[in-house]
Amino acid sequence: MSDWRPGAAPARMARARLLAGLRAFFAARGVLEVETPVLGRGAPQDPMLESWEAQAPDGARGFLQTSPEYPMKRLLADGAPDIYQIARVFRAGESGPRHNPEFTLLEWYRHGLDHRALAREVVALIADQAGLSPEWRAPRGCEEIAYAELFQSALGVDPLAADVAALERVAAAHGLTVGGELDRDGWLDALISLVIAPGFPPDRLTILHDYPESQAVLARPCAERPGYAARFELYWGDLELANGYHELTDPEVFRQRRARDIALRRARGQPLPPVDRYLEAALESGLPDCAGVALGVDRLLMQLLGVSRIDQVVDFPWSRA
Amino acid sequence: MATYSTNEFKAGLKLLLDGDPQAIVENEFVKPGKGQAFNRVKLRNLRTGRVLEKTFKSGESVEAADVMDTEMQYLYNDGEFWHFMVPDSFEQYAVGEAALGDAGQWLKEQDVCTVTLWNGEPLSVVPPSFVEMKITECDPGVRGDTAQGGTKPATLESGAVVKVPLFVEEGETVRVDTRNGEYVSRV
Repeated sequence: MSDWRPGAAPARMARARLLAGLRAFFAARGVLEVETPVLGRGAPQDPMLESWEAQAPDGARGFLQTSPEYPMKRLLADGAPDIYQIARVFRAGESGPRHNPEFTLLEWYRHGLDHRALAREVVALIADQAGLSPEWRAPRGCEEIAYAELFQSALGVDPLAADVAALERVAAAHGLTVGGELDRDGWLDALISLVIAPGFPPDRLTILHDYPESQAVLARPCAERPGYAARFELYWGDLELANGYHELTDPEVFRQRRARDIALRRARGQPLPPVDRYLEAALESGLPDCAGVALGVDRLLMQLLGVSRIDQVVDFPWSRA
Repeated sequence: MATYSTNEFKAGLKLLLDGDPQAIVENEFVKPGKGQAFNRVKLRNLRTGRVLEKTFKSGESVEAADVMDTEMQYLYNDGEFWHFMVPDSFEQYAVGEAALGDAGQWLKEQDVCTVTLWNGEPLSVVPPSFVEMKITECDPGVRGDTAQGGTKPATLESGAVVKVPLFVEEGETVRVDTRNGEYVSRV
């Protein structure tokens, strides 16, 4: 049996170099490194994320973080300057060529920036890191496109106006049928992930911005684009690397979205972890105007090294952890 | 009715889809960070052999196909059916031409094959990876003749035709790899 052996030796030096490079990038820009708990008492209600539950010895429930977003926002509401964190995060059930349930997330927040400006800083960070080694790949070019425009140009549909039947027809026209019932957002996700993104040029970065408000998560509503939210995603080729928001600061909107998420979880029979009361209180106290983003470090490393599977950059994936 | 959830999907799992038993060849988990998860699955139809791709919403359940691989000994051909027997139970199965497929050309009495049963009916037959058979017909070899890359066609007792080296003669027994139909050695 040799399955005790680490599986990503060729990437090990590169990972150490990248982690040092990320810290140098933020040090040069005066962004403060912080640490927050991996294990929390509450969990996000987002129906698309499943938290991994841990049982405390005294019987209390604990949840491994899916991202350090909530505690980092509590720091910001308390007056913290620009902050970043390189965190270990956990997403139950996510396992595949590009997913490991435990992974490394780089998350950072910038005061006074909106999502578009922060997306450009992510692009600058990637270019900076790609320069750390002459052997690493660097992206060539970056396309910025709004979600609605991408759907229009790639598929000829308006993502907000099209109903489920119309989206299903568009998918079928592109050879995609899906077993199981999908709602509108489900079909939009299917079209992005399985039809549109696979056509992105492999060397190019794509900033996809202004997502439908039904997929806002914690992004504020888009002022200039009704029905959309100030959220972006960054792709390198067809690989999704980062997700960011011009952050929602309105506690009332936060409560409305949380109630919708809980209703969805209940309707789908998903677990209902305890609500994190602290984030709501921090929003009540006042979150400053800021933008935040989370970037998958393992995936960035995959692209810098030109490998296609996450277990090529993770020594001990969950199957052998 | 047994079912499998997408999170149990893995290569080799057998599902009942569109009325046919299908085996998972490849299963890929696809999910946008904040969005719906999917399983992209490559499936081989065990009846027709066709491979196709299907996408499932993660969390969906799919009916399991009652498919079982059983080791059986080949007995004889009655002109219409090929008869196999489970050695332990002496239970016999008659396999038709469609289910037998290409395996027919490698069958030798007494050899143990893998017969795939679906709801108790034979679905397909996989011959042993290596079989030993007598050459029933083959031109005499001429040493040094390399006009055909040093090989010549030989007909085996089962009717299969394989390429053998020139020095192999009619009446000899040869070992053949049934997975690619290639000559391995003289026996």
